[in-house]
Amino acid sequence: MTKSTVLKLNGLSKHFGPVIANDNVDLSLNKGEVLALLGENGAGKTTLMNMLFGHYLPDSGSIDVADEAGHLHPLPLGYPQVALASGVGMVHQHFTLAENISALDNITLGSEPLFALRRNRREARRKIEAIMAQSGLTAPLDTPVGRLSVGERQRVEILKALYRDARILVLDEPTAVLTPQEADTLFQNIRQMTDEGLSVIFISHKLREVLSFSDRIAVLRHGKKVGEMLTADADEKSIARMMVGADTPELAGSELTPGDPVLTMTDVSVPGRSKRDTLTGVNMTVRAHEILGIAGVSGNGQSGLANVIAGLTRPEQGLIRVDGVEITSPTPAKMVGAGVGRIPEDRHHEGIVGAMSVAENMVIERLNDPEVQSYGLLLREDIQDNAERLSKAYDVRGPGVDAPARLLSGGNIQKLILARVFDRSPRLILANQPTRGLDMGAAAEVGKRLLNARARGAGVVLISEDLDELLSLADRIVVIRDGELHEAPGRDREQIGLMMAGEPA
Amino acid sequence: MIRIEPRQTQSRAFTLGVPILSAVIALGFAAIPLLAAGANPITAYAEMFRGVFGSVFAFSEVLTRATPLIFTGLAAALAFRAKLWNIGAEGQLYLGAMAAVAIGSGVLDISGILLLPLIVLMGAAAGAAGMVAPTYLKTRFGADEVVTTLLLNFIILIFVQMMLEGPLKDPMGLGWPQSAPVLDQGMLPPLLDRMRVHSGLILALILAGLAQFMLARSVWGFRLRAVGENAAAARHAGINVNRSLFGVAILSGGLAGLAGVSEVAGLKGYLTADLSPGFGYTGIVVAMLAGLSPVGVVIAALFIASVFVGADSMSRAMGVSSFLADLVVSMSLLCVLVGGFVARYRIVRAGTTRAAS
Repeated sequence: MTKSTVLKLNGLSKHFGPVIANDNVDLSLNKGEVLALLGENGAGKTTLMNMLFGHYLPDSGSIDVADEAGHLHPLPLGYPQVALASGVGMVHQHFTLAENISALDNITLGSEPLFALRRNRREARRKIEAIMAQSGLTAPLDTPVGRLSVGERQRVEILKALYRDARILVLDEPTAVLTPQEADTLFQNIRQMTDEGLSVIFISHKLREVLSFSDRIAVLRHGKKVGEMLTADADEKSIARMMVGADTPELAGSELTPGDPVLTMTDVSVPGRSKRDTLTGVNMTVRAHEILGIAGVSGNGQSGLANVIAGLTRPEQGLIRVDGVEITSPTPAKMVGAGVGRIPEDRHHEGIVGAMSVAENMVIERLNDPEVQSYGLLLREDIQDNAERLSKAYDVRGPGVDAPARLLSGGNIQKLILARVFDRSPRLILANQPTRGLDMGAAAEVGKRLLNARARGAGVVLISEDLDELLSLADRIVVIRDGELHEAPGRDREQIGLMMAGEPA
Repeated sequence: MIRIEPRQTQSRAFTLGVPILSAVIALGFAAIPLLAAGANPITAYAEMFRGVFGSVFAFSEVLTRATPLIFTGLAAALAFRAKLWNIGAEGQLYLGAMAAVAIGSGVLDISGILLLPLIVLMGAAAGAAGMVAPTYLKTRFGADEVVTTLLLNFIILIFVQMMLEGPLKDPMGLGWPQSAPVLDQGMLPPLLDRMRVHSGLILALILAGLAQFMLARSVWGFRLRAVGENAAAARHAGINVNRSLFGVAILSGGLAGLAGVSEVAGLKGYLTADLSPGFGYTGIVVAMLAGLSPVGVVIAALFIASVFVGADSMSRAMGVSSFLADLVVSMSLLCVLVGGFVARYRIVRAGTTRAAS
C-alpha cells in the first residue's frame, strides 16, 4: 500500500546564537504512519518539533502540510495558530493543562470564541465522546484535571489535540511519565488512531518501545539527521550506534596514573521528589588525576548526584569523603571549604546572580576570605582587582567587571564560573553539563580547563549527556540509570548507549 | 499580537526620572476629582504647596509626619530587597509602641541617659519579635509571609486594645483606653522650640544612611542582595539563605518597631489604639516609590508626608476633602509601578522582532 505524504520538512535549520540546534533537516511523514524521532538530549528533536508547531522561526527551510484532501501546501512559519489550523497537534512532555477546571473545559479551552454568549458544551461533549470512542482514549470529562492521574492527563492532552481536528500528532516523550502498563495502553490507542488515518511523530529515548511500536525511525545527532530506516529493518544495536555515532573519539588527555581518592561515596541514597533527583545506593570513587564521566539519559538521577556533591542535598544515608575527610551533613559552604569546585548545570539559575556585578559574582563563594572582606565590610578594590585579573586569565568578555553578570553571553557566564571555580585550585571538580549550550570554542575551553585541572592533580566528576564529550575527556565512564550507577565496560559507545537506554549490558 | 520583553539595559536617567514623573502625573490625575469638587486645581495645589513650604512650622510638620514613614519605609525596603514580603510593619509598629510605654511609663524610674536608649532598644526588639514567627513559618514550612504578616497586624491591634483596657490602661486616664504617659526623661527630645518635630527624625536619618552603606558595602548586604536577586544561586554559592532571611526579618521588624517608639516617645507621649493612621502600610508605598533604596526611602517619605500635610492644609483652605491626599499617594504608587514596568520591559509587536530563543 502506498501512502500519501502528509508532512514534509525541507532543510530546516535553526541557530541559537552560535549554537546549531538543527542543521538542514529533511523529514517526511506518511498518512497513518508512526515515525519515531530518536536522539540524545540536545540532538535537536524538540527544536525541530517546535519549528513545526510555530514556536520557533527556522533560519532557513520550509514545511509542507497536507490539507484534508491530501494536497501539500507550504505552512506559514512561526504561527502556532496556523499550525493548529492546518491539523498539527502537539503534546508536550510537560503538560499544559489548567488543573482547577474539568477535563472537558481543558479540551475545549482555546478553541472557543473568547466572548461567546453561551458555550455549546453539549455539542463539545458529543464530539469528545465520539473521539474517545474512536480512539479508545478515555478520561473522566467532568473531573478537575488536578485530580486525574498522570496517564489520564496525558490522554486529556491528546484529546485536546484531536478535538482540534489534528491529523498530525506530535508526542514529545509521551512515555517518560507513564508506567509500563499505561504506556502499552497508550500505544494501543495510538495504533487505533493511526488506523483511522492519523499520523504520529513521537519523540523518545527508549529503544525498546521505538522498535516495538513505530513504523519508521529517524535519528538526529548534533542537530543533523544522521539516519532513517524502517523499523522492520532496525535492531537495537544499529539504532544505538546511529544515536551515539560510530567512531570513538581519541582521549584528549595524556596518560596519567590516578592518585589517591579525592571523592568517595559509599552507599549514598537520596529519596528525591522525582526520578531526576533520586539516588539509590551509589558507590563511587574519584581519584586525583582522574576524570570520571557520568553518562545517562537526562532525568535519571544526574541532578541528585550533582546536588549531593555540590552540598545542596543531604543524603538520607551513606558516607561521603572528600580528600579523605568525611563530610557530615554537607552544605554548599562545607563542600567549597573542603575543596570542591562546582560548575552547576543551570548556570543562569544557579551559577550567577544576574543582577549583581561580574566582580561580585566572582567572589560570591568566598565572602569570608580576608581578601574579600575585613570586619564584615567588602574590600571593594581587592574585589575589583580580583575580577580584572580573573577576567583576563579566563578571557571573560563583556561590558566590564562592574556590569551586571546577566549582560554576559552564555559562554562568558560559563567562563566567569570557571574562573571562580578553578582559581581556587579545587581538589575535586563537579562539572554538570558544563558545555551545554556553548559554542565550539567555549566548549573546547571548558574541556581544556578540566584537563589542566586533572593534570594538576584534581579529580573531576563530569556529568554529561554528550557521549562524545565523555569519551574524549573521561578516563572512566559510569552510566547512571534510575538513580543507580553502572560501571561501563570500557569505552565502547554501543555498549554505553545500550546501557543508557535501559538494556541489560 | 504584542508581547513584552525585558529591556537589555536600563538607563540611569530613566530609573531616576520615573518616580518624579509618576508624582507629577499623579498630581495631574488628582486634578480631576478636584475639578469635580468645584475647586480650581491650580489654586488648590498652590494652597497645598503653601501648606508644606509656607512656614517653618509647616515644614516641621512634614518632617514630623515623615519620621515614622522613614522607619516603616526602611522596614519594607530592606525586607523586600531580600524578597521577604513583610506586610506587617503596622503590627510591628504597635509592638514597638507597646514596649515603649510598658517600659517608659513608670515601671523603671531611671535617668534619661539610661531610660531612653532602653526604650529604643526594647521597642526595636518588640518589633523584631513580631517577625520571628512569620519568618520561621516561611523558612520551615513555606508559609506565605504576605498572609502571615498581614494577618498578624489585626491580631496585634486587637491585642493592643486588650492591653489598653487591661494592664496598660492609664489609671489616671478617666476611663479612656489609653496607656499611662511615658516619663519625661524617656521622651525623645524635640528638635525645635514649640514645634512637634523630634529627635526620632535624626535616628531615622542615621539608620537610613547606615542601611544604604551596609547594603552596598558590607558582606551582610552582599548576602542580602544575592538572596533577594537569586536565592538558588545564593544557596549554591554557600550563602545560608534562611539565616539571611532571619537577619533581615529581625531588622525589618525592629525598624517598624522604632516607628512605634518614635510616635509614642517622640510625639504622642502615650499609646492609644489609633496611634498609627496606617504608617505601616504607607511604608510599603514609600519603599516602592523609593525603588527599595534606603536613601530613596527618605525622599519618598518626605514626598508622601508633604502630600498628606499639604492636603490637610488645602482641605482647610478650599473646603475639599483631605482624602484627596490618599488619592494622590495611591495614584503616584500606581504610576510608579507602571513606570517601573515600562523602565524594565518594552512592548514589542510580535512578528517584527523575534528573540533568539
